[in-house]
Formats: sequence, structure tokens, C-alpha cells
Amino acid sequence: MSKPKVGLFIPCYVDQFYPQVAIASLELLEKLGCEVTYPMNQTCCGQPTANSGYEHLNTSVNDLFVDNFASFEYIVCPSGSCTLHVKEHMHAEGKPNESLHVRENSYELVEFITDVLGVSEISVVFPHKVGYHASCHGLRGLRLGSGSERNIAQFNKPEQLLKTIEGLELVDLDMKDECCGFGGTFAVAEEALSVKMGKDRITDHIKHEAEVITGYDMSCLMHMEGIINRDGLPIKVKHIAEILNGAGL
Amino acid sequence: MSHSQKAAEFVQNEAKTNWHNETLWWVRNKRDISTQKIPEWEELRSLGSAVKENVMTNLADYLEEFEKNATANGIHVHWAADGQEHNRIVQSILEQHNAKKVVKSKSILTEECGLNHHLEDIGIEVVDTDLGERIVQFAKQPPSHIVLPAIHMKKEEISELFHKHLQTEEGNNDPQYLTEAARQHLREKFLNADVAITGVNFGIAETGGFVVCTNEGNADMGVHLAPVHIASMGIEKLIPRFEDLGIFTRLLARSATGQPITNYTSHFHRPESGKEIHVVLVDNGRTAQLGREKFRNSLKCIRCGACMNTCPIYRRSGGYSYNSTVPGPIGSILSPGFDLKKNKSLPFASTLCGSCSDVCPVKINIHEQLYEWRQVIVSEGLDASPKKFAMKVASKVLGSSKLYFSLGKMARKSLSTLPNKMIYNNLNAWGKQRDLPKPPKESFKEWYKKNRS
Repeated sequence: MSKPKVGLFIPCYVDQFYPQVAIASLELLEKLGCEVTYPMNQTCCGQPTANSGYEHLNTSVNDLFVDNFASFEYIVCPSGSCTLHVKEHMHAEGKPNESLHVRENSYELVEFITDVLGVSEISVVFPHKVGYHASCHGLRGLRLGSGSERNIAQFNKPEQLLKTIEGLELVDLDMKDECCGFGGTFAVAEEALSVKMGKDRITDHIKHEAEVITGYDMSCLMHMEGIINRDGLPIKVKHIAEILNGAGL
Repeated sequence: MSHSQKAAEFVQNEAKTNWHNETLWWVRNKRDISTQKIPEWEELRSLGSAVKENVMTNLADYLEEFEKNATANGIHVHWAADGQEHNRIVQSILEQHNAKKVVKSKSILTEECGLNHHLEDIGIEVVDTDLGERIVQFAKQPPSHIVLPAIHMKKEEISELFHKHLQTEEGNNDPQYLTEAARQHLREKFLNADVAITGVNFGIAETGGFVVCTNEGNADMGVHLAPVHIASMGIEKLIPRFEDLGIFTRLLARSATGQPITNYTSHFHRPESGKEIHVVLVDNGRTAQLGREKFRNSLKCIRCGACMNTCPIYRRSGGYSYNSTVPGPIGSILSPGFDLKKNKSLPFASTLCGSCSDVCPVKINIHEQLYEWRQVIVSEGLDASPKKFAMKVASKVLGSSKLYFSLGKMARKSLSTLPNKMIYNNLNAWGKQRDLPKPPKESFKEWYKKNRS
């Protein structure tokens, strides 16, 4: 079988502030047998402007995105939120087929690993107590898990992978899928609420003795890390790609 | 004041914010437990949504069918284009009967129309008979939640109010004692009322009857004792057939409070002999919303309040932060249709987490409509200009790989070299209570160029 050809889409803020998450994603996909390319001219999916009501300004952002990624079999991204935006809104004027291809073949990293590559076990060691943060867009948009609202058979793709890691102990949370309050520009437009929501989430993880909060969206983790560092709280954040790729604490 | 300003005020009292959050989450949990007892829950939601879809598509026909059948049953049917007309119609019915005393069971529609103020201005005594509504009426406040109108108040505050209005013992906070006092007080009001006003949960086109759901039996108590019953009904409250009703009574109470059904599900089909029933059908912006394709299915709402209980924003900012009759997620997609300018901050009072859409018993895509309202607000030119400017710059930068690359590098460099005083200031809302990420030496792009290409 030929190797799956993956275009690696790295969200703008991950590129700028968390290169280690992008490197982990790249290495992980390569280890799992993919041929991975990072298109050098990529910037952003356009979600920050669109969620603020400025989707109409995204013409050149969308053109650039579709140009960068239309030629790949799969587009994989270590962010549920950016992936959801691409799947729901990516559209380049005059390129309906390319746009459709991009929308239909974009995957968040974990779901790509479990659903497309069919991998159900990751052989790395992470001997720590971990709190899993189910970021909203991945959970309720991409349906990476069943969610507490719906009465359907329970499933949780990221947790399913994390549970196979040697030494990793997942802690229970009081509120297993509550929003952390990041919300893109919400984080600054509704600063007081955003921080309160973040504090409440972190408190839940600390209360259950997690050493580290992990998840598939670095934006939520960046928001919580900002509060953790400001308040000197005894917990860290780490993107799920780093743990799956064998990083230490 | 915008939602964010009011929310910032609310969260200043952290203990009360935590209490409010936990109280509503407790209601959400009760909802989860009761919905999980029904294996067909998701199917019921789909059915409820589909029935309402049919109603919205054929609303005019169902309304005429309802009017015809209700009239044949001896019910007087009135049509009100807006809140003012609704209030005038109610006033004229009261005048015909020389009525001075009105008891009213819970009706968010009459809140929307400002009926109480209208009637009080012309010298009518209006008593809200739902306990929560009576509490907020004493406090001269609107409801802060559509199902739990006084959920923002603690029992100590209610005790104080009752001491003032009902002469209960000062400092006696026992809920049973306070409820008993309200019960005795309301009993006297029920016995002396000239007219009973209720809302309507479901109007049934096929039978011309309607259904009112309460937990306290106050709608029945009012209606059975007063000679005249006026029911205020939004035109979207229709369902086609009597057999459709079971879907909605099963969905409503479970979603609202986790009960299998409301304590009272009262059916009204025709007046008792010697009495009158009036139904006032109110549009008040609903047909305009029906005409907005992307927002039309917001009219499916059965007012269960589940989206408020689940909303991480509502739970931590309280109903008043929305400054709108219907607060919370559903209010944030309904209210912009009434007054876009006044309510322009509401669609932004969300992280688009989507929990509202997943608890909604009739599957309204609330969070997607919030996103769509944001586009409308911006395209109508109602967004603040500093943000407009920032967004124009952002789309320029993100639309060009060269600009993105060089500005990204510059920003990271400034963040690592500038003194904290220059980074953390009043202009930096992120940094008020949060650190910025520590900028790395190189971006992933730079790393990739060095290591892989």
C-alpha cells in the first residue's frame, strides 16, 4: 500500500508560539507511515476574522489556503477548531471542486490517526496523571466524542488513544466537557468571563490531581496556560500530539 | 451597556457567580439524568424538530385552521400584529368586563409585550401567580430566566422581600415557611380575580384547543376561579395535531427541569358555561424572523430554558447581563431580530461551544445562528471601529504568506525583547489576568525550512 499523502496544516498561532506541537505532529504522522509535506506558503484558516463577523474579508485567506492544500490526499491539522472552520466554511471563489476537496478531506490529527490510519494503540510512555480537556469545536463540531448532552452510545477518540499509553493515568473531572472560555476573540472581548471560565476549568483539573492538562486544541491550552503562569498554579499544559509522540512532562 | 460589561460586573462577586453557576448546572444535570432514562430521546428530538419544521413551513394554514376550530368551540380569537396591539386587546377585554383585578400565570410573551406595565398604568392590579414571578414582581425586576424567573436570588433575599411585602418574620429563611406565606397571599388573589391571564405552551390546530404547562397549578387555579380567561399565544406555538402533543410534553419538562412531565398539563378547549375564553395570537416580529432563512428555525423554540442551564456564559453572567426578555443562547438569536442595534453584543456573548444546540429539544442550531448574526451585525456596520480596523489588518496579513512571515517574526522578537511594562498594559485585554505565551526562538516554518526542505 502506498503511503497516505498528507498536507500538514499548522494553525498560525501554533506556528508562531508552539513550534514543538507542530514538530510533534509532523514526527508522529511520519512514524505512523505517512508521507507528510508542510506547504510553506500557508498562513491561517481565517477563523479569527470569520468568527468575529468578518467572513467576507477572507477572500485572499481562503484562496491561499485552497491553493496550498488542494493537491493533497489528506489535510491534517493538530487543532479541532481550525479543522472545523475549514470543513464548514472554506471556500475559494471560482474553485468549487478544489474547495470541496479541501473541506471533505480535512482531518483533526487524532481523528485522522484513529479513523483514517486505523491506529488504536500508541506505544509510548507517559507516567503521569493527565486531565483531558475536550475542546468544544472538536467535541461538538467534529464529534471526536459523544458529549454529555446527547443520549447516544459513549465514545471518545482522544481518550481512547491516551488510555493506551503506558503509565498514563486519566483523571475524572467534575465537568468533563465544559468550555474553557477561550473562544477566539471572545477571550479579549469578554475578558472577565473568559478568565473566570478558564479558572474554573483549571480548578477542576487541579482538584482531581492532574499534573498536566492535555487536549487537541493548543488555543484552549494557551488560554489556560496563561492563567496558570500568571497565578503560579501547580499544573502544566501539553498538546496531545506531544504526548502521543513520546514527549516527557 | 454591552453584555461583556454587565458580565464583568457579575463575575466581580465570585462567590455568587459560583453559586449561580452550580445551581444551574445542577438543573442541567437533572435534565441529563432524566433524558438518559429514555432510549428514544434523540429520536424524540428529531421528531419534535420535524413537526416544528412543518409548522414553520405551513404556518399561515395552521393559524387559520386553529382560528376556525377554536371559534367553533366558542373561544374568541384575536390577532395582534405587535406587543402594543396585544396590550390594547387585553385592555379592551378587561374594560368590557369592568375588570380591575387580574391574576396571571407565567407568560414570557406578556413580558415581551410589557403587559404588566401597560395594565398597571391604567389602574389594573396584575398579580403574577407563579412563585418565582411573584418574587421578581415584588422586587420590581423582570425574570432572569424563562423557566426559573428568580433563579438569581438566594433565599435570604427572598426572605427580606417577603418580610417587606407579606410581613413574614424578619430573618426567617426557611423555604417552606416562605412558600406557605406566598401560598396564603396568592389564595386571596385567586379568589378575588376578575380575569385570569395565562400563556400558551402549545396551540393545537386540529382541535382549536391549547395546553398550558405549570408546576404549581396556578394557571388552573386562576382560570377556574375567574369568569374570563385570556390566553396570550405567540403564533409559533402551534402544533398540527393532538397526537403530536405527546412528543412535546415529553421533551419540554425533561429539558427544562428533568421532570418526566410538568405537574400540571392543562388542556383548554372550550369555555365553561357562563364563562369566556379569549386567545390573543401575537406576531410581534415572528413573521419577520420567519422570513429570515438562516434564522427561521429559531421559532421552533418551546421555551424550555435548557440552553440557558447548559450555557457556560449564562451560568456565569446571569440572565440580566443579556438585557433582553429572553436571555441566554436562544435569546441571543431571537433578540437581534427584534432590535439589531440594541442587541448587537449578544451574538458575541458566546464561545460558540455548541452545547446549546446539543441540549435543544427541537434541535435548533443555536451556535451556528450566533455565527450568522455576527456576520449580519458586521455587514450592517454596527461593529465598533477599532475592531473593524484590526480585522481588516488581520485579513491582509493572513492573506499574504510574505506579510505573515515577516510580521510574525517581528512580533515574536518584540515580545521577547520589550519590557513587560510595554507588553502588559490597558490595551492588552489578554494580559490583564493571563500571561502571553513565551515566544520561541524560531517559528515552525523556520524550523521546517532548516530541517526538512
